[in-house]
Amino acid sequence: MSLFFEQFPIVVNSLNTGFLQTLKLFALTLLGAIPLGLLICFGSMSKILPVKGFFKLLIWLVRGTPLMIQLLIIYYFPGLVLNNPIWGGGEGGRFVASAVAFIINYACYFSEIYRAGIQAIPQGQDEAGLVLGMSRSEIFFKVKLLQMIKRIVPPMSNEVLTLVKDTSLARIIALQEIIWAGQSFLKGSQGISGAIWPLFFTAVYYLVFNGILTVLLSRLEKKLDFFR
Amino acid sequence: MEILRVEHINKSFEDTSVLKDINFSLNKSEVLSIIGSSGSGKTTLLRCINFLEKPDSGIIRVNGDIIFDGENDEYLKEENIRRNRLHFGLVFQSFNLFPQYTALENVMLAKQLQAKKRPDYKENKKQILADIETHAKGLLDQMGLSDRMENYPHQLSGGQQQRVAIARALALEPDILCFDEPTSALDPELTGEILKVMKELADCKMTMIIVTHEMNFARDVSDKVIFMDDGIVCEEGTPDEVFLNPKQERTRQFLKNYQS
Ligand SMILES: Nc1ncnc2c1ncn2[C@@H]1O[C@H](COP(=O)(O)OP(=O)(O)O)[C@@H](O)[C@H]1O
Ligand SMILES: [Mg+2]
Repeated sequence: MSLFFEQFPIVVNSLNTGFLQTLKLFALTLLGAIPLGLLICFGSMSKILPVKGFFKLLIWLVRGTPLMIQLLIIYYFPGLVLNNPIWGGGEGGRFVASAVAFIINYACYFSEIYRAGIQAIPQGQDEAGLVLGMSRSEIFFKVKLLQMIKRIVPPMSNEVLTLVKDTSLARIIALQEIIWAGQSFLKGSQGISGAIWPLFFTAVYYLVFNGILTVLLSRLEKKLDFFR
Repeated sequence: MEILRVEHINKSFEDTSVLKDINFSLNKSEVLSIIGSSGSGKTTLLRCINFLEKPDSGIIRVNGDIIFDGENDEYLKEENIRRNRLHFGLVFQSFNLFPQYTALENVMLAKQLQAKKRPDYKENKKQILADIETHAKGLLDQMGLSDRMENYPHQLSGGQQQRVAIARALALEPDILCFDEPTSALDPELTGEILKVMKELADCKMTMIIVTHEMNFARDVSDKVIFMDDGIVCEEGTPDEVFLNPKQERTRQFLKNYQS
């Protein structure tokens, strides 16, 4: 038991560092994927067929393959196949590559949620805006955007909670996120080896963080309850 | 004085011809009612006039100026459509209020967006916005909604929502206000309040085109009545001519269903 208390501060310290990386990847993915998803959404609804085709193909490829493979391809392809290691070495390079893979992947999922959200808005909203002389962009930003947001908050919440857990996939390219940090004590790190509990203990971080997010997201949902 | 002239409007969806050589005109401050059975093309006609559908051919003039000509793509440019459609307002059967805005905000929104493009907007922003608000409040007041301005659409009855929609259309001061069956989505006990405000608008000399199944109202309020059947103007005249002495057998048949 005393061994555990000796290990605990060391492990927590390490896990904190790993979790910070997890959080950074999570935040950056949302920051990038939320607007990129909108772009992909508009692309996939474009009236210009090649544009629409391109984005539909992208969505199909991204949603049809495991994120883990996408991470591997994005990280290794430039360096090993094209002889042009654009990501640079070390943890920084791994982080950028992970962020790029996550942003593209989540943007594709988000785009489909957005599309459903936009298409669920009655045609009459567009027409009311048009006869009032509004432009297409005024109609989107002033009339439809908030209605779309209200509709997409529940499915987006699911994606966001999934993203928190999905960040652990970046371990496949050795990004030093929290699972990596926990696992390091199994192999041996900072004088601790063969300890499995740090790996299990990472679950607490995920649970607490997702708990906080769940509360925040349901608040947002409530906030949008003022209209129907 | 003639304010609107519609000439030779044709419209097909795929291969069904929905409007067939529609012609009519309307004088300023007059009320035109369009009656006819479901599917006869009344909504499509209003939508063509409001540029929600593009007629296949024909000409639309407002105050003598051409605002649409099927032969000339110039009139289809986005900026021209946006300018020209402001001659018209349209009140929908299903209100189509913006749910996330209060009654007052619904009425002000389009005007506020327009104001942003004024060169003096930055300078006089406060005054401009205050004027818009005063105007909008006046309109809601006129609609009998002074105590409902801060309510969201879902907090209003259908009749109240439709009155907000009328105020919203009036806010842009259209030359001609169009109504597409404004009472058809309402419970019967709520139609009266809408017909009442429309009657008041007619008394104030608002130029209006009203598609309606309220025959008594149409007779009472209109200067001119058009009966449409299967995409054509089947009969046209004063309310007395159309309702009391219809020349066409099809008009008689149609009106029979509304008597008793
Ligand atoms: N967007 C559309 N696509 C195909 N057919 C349509 C469309 N809009 C209307 N129609 C057809 O045009 C005809 C006239 O419709 P409408 O103008 O709505 O008639 P009304 O308003 O007099 O009931 C109907 O047969 C309807 O099915
Ligand atoms: Mg109709």
